[in-house]
Amino acid sequence: MQRDENVFLLGEEVAAYQGAYKVSKGLLEEFGEKRVIDSPITELGFAGLGVGAAMVGLRPVIEFMTFNFSILATDQIVNSAAKMLYMSGGQFKIPIVFRGPNGSAYQVSSQHSQALESWYAHFPGLKVVMPSTAADAKGLLKSAIRDDDPVIFMEQERMYGMKGEVPDDPDFTIPLGVADIKREGKDATIVARSLTVPLALKAAEELEKEGVSVEVVDPRTIRPLDIDTIIRSVQKTNRVVIVEESHAFCGVGAEISAQIMERAFDYLDAPVKRISSADAPMPYAKNLEQLALPDVAKIVAAVREVLYL
Amino acid sequence: MSELKVKPLKPRDQPAGQATAAAGVAETESTETVNPEELREEHAQRQQHQHQQIEELDQETLQKILYQMVLIRRFEEKAAEAYTLGKIGGFCHLYIGQEAVAVGALSAIRDDDYVMTSYRDHGHALARGTSADEVMAELYGKAGGCSAGKGGSMHLFDRDAHFLGGHGIVGGQIPLATGVAFAAKYKGTGQVSLVFFGEAAVNQGALHESFNMAQLWKLPCVYFCENNQYGMGTSLARAMSLQDVSQKAHAYGMASEFVDGMDVLAVREATARAVARARDESLPTLIEVRTYRVMGHSMPDPGNYRTRAEIEKHQERDPVKLFSDSLKHKGVMDDAAIKELEDRVRAEVEHSIKFAEESPLPAPEELYTNVYANPPRGYGQ
Repeated sequence: MQRDENVFLLGEEVAAYQGAYKVSKGLLEEFGEKRVIDSPITELGFAGLGVGAAMVGLRPVIEFMTFNFSILATDQIVNSAAKMLYMSGGQFKIPIVFRGPNGSAYQVSSQHSQALESWYAHFPGLKVVMPSTAADAKGLLKSAIRDDDPVIFMEQERMYGMKGEVPDDPDFTIPLGVADIKREGKDATIVARSLTVPLALKAAEELEKEGVSVEVVDPRTIRPLDIDTIIRSVQKTNRVVIVEESHAFCGVGAEISAQIMERAFDYLDAPVKRISSADAPMPYAKNLEQLALPDVAKIVAAVREVLYL
Repeated sequence: MSELKVKPLKPRDQPAGQATAAAGVAETESTETVNPEELREEHAQRQQHQHQQIEELDQETLQKILYQMVLIRRFEEKAAEAYTLGKIGGFCHLYIGQEAVAVGALSAIRDDDYVMTSYRDHGHALARGTSADEVMAELYGKAGGCSAGKGGSMHLFDRDAHFLGGHGIVGGQIPLATGVAFAAKYKGTGQVSLVFFGEAAVNQGALHESFNMAQLWKLPCVYFCENNQYGMGTSLARAMSLQDVSQKAHAYGMASEFVDGMDVLAVREATARAVARARDESLPTLIEVRTYRVMGHSMPDPGNYRTRAEIEKHQERDPVKLFSDSLKHKGVMDDAAIKELEDRVRAEVEHSIKFAEESPLPAPEELYTNVYANPPRGYGQ
């Protein structure tokens, strides 16, 4: 926002309240009410308003208080933002970022605790970003805002309290579509994203005690997907576990699994294993919620399974 | 709330017993939205109005307005012909009968103002100055089309003409145009955003969300409801609880007007008032334009939901004929000048067919271009 006058932030409670999760703390004070705008609860309307503003040269950052509410805005994201450049024959690009928390939250039941990345990743024309560390979030968000295409930037509510080192360089960016190997290993690969990355790293630590060396690959962006890095890891370890907070059915894990099968079938020493959310809406009860979500124990068991341990 | 500067010409009366009418109203009842006596009286008023207004405009403007209206009429007739010959595919929504709306409105704005509409967009593109060649080539799915053959009839775009497209989801363009107005205000350019939609879009949430934001944030947007009486095959009476569309703005404290869409100069005047309100006061306006869709919803629609008599009744009030008669009556153009204009239009439309026929198909590699402005490495390979 300091760099480009055309960037503005609009969403529910982003200005005076400083963000429902305090993500936009201090922005109103620094940039004023012209550029940090509290919106009515009108997701379809303000998503469309952002796309229209992007058509004529602004670079909107549109915040959904959570991605659960973005479902109301999917017409404007899918039918307008994703397709405008194409159906206008290249005349109208849409440099916009839709961002907010995605995935599970603490005991908020079915409508406020779900992972929607496979929806948005399905559509050509969109880019989908899911950072798992503070530094990645900084570098990827800058790239997303500077990108000329619509970017779905998915944060994680449970990770807002996590702390991490962040480079001071105001121009620190991480290119979209480049995976990061969060931990090197040689016996098995875990492909994880967003909140499941710290879970995978903990599982890797536990497995190390048993003498199992696990590599953790974080694609960081779902679309474009850096499948090459994943394939290289599979060629090295020959065993894969994919961990995600979304449902398995038609999910991103299914896509990664299919691409591994297409491109590295002969390298696999075991079937690809997926750990996803339960195939049920998220329950409220704490015990059921724990059962529904991926956790360290489930990941450890899955790695042992692909290693036939 | 902003006051109406002009009294509505003749808002539609709410049919008696409306509140108790249940679903499944008989078609014969629902299509009788206006009675012949009322129509004749209206038509006489309209003629009188045009005769007065013509005196206030220069010849060049008047002739350009007629030229554009005739161009749209002949272009659409030619498009219908090409569609039946199988030259045009998919959906093809024609603008015949509604020419006065796009032409009247767009004659009252600046070149750098923005225009957006629904899938019934040929007329708006032509009135905005996109060439008939490029529009026809787009309908043909050719590389020379205004959207490079990727958008087709419903998605005409012309960046240079500030024409921001035809949009395919009913009401979807309304928040977009609101955002265009937001950007104009943000950048302080003094530009105005105009958006057109049918009356069926009034029932979409997108419209109400947009009205609220536009008035709340004082955005320079003019909303045109082209009330052509039918949402596909469903008449207004069967789809809308309160049918006086211009009143919908009151819920948001927004200014609104009702205007006769058969009178191109009345549309032009109402637009000029709304555009001034947008440009000078940064306020939105809803303009309900009562018009009539002579053709079916789209080309394959035989229109069995209304009678031939109803269509003919509306054709008596044809906006193109009315305006050319008025120009003759006031001595602006004589028969010879009108014939010359018709000949120029015919040549332009014929040329568009030739251009579209000869334009190459999009190259196969175009399938994967323009998906991303910054394409990921290896995308489409």
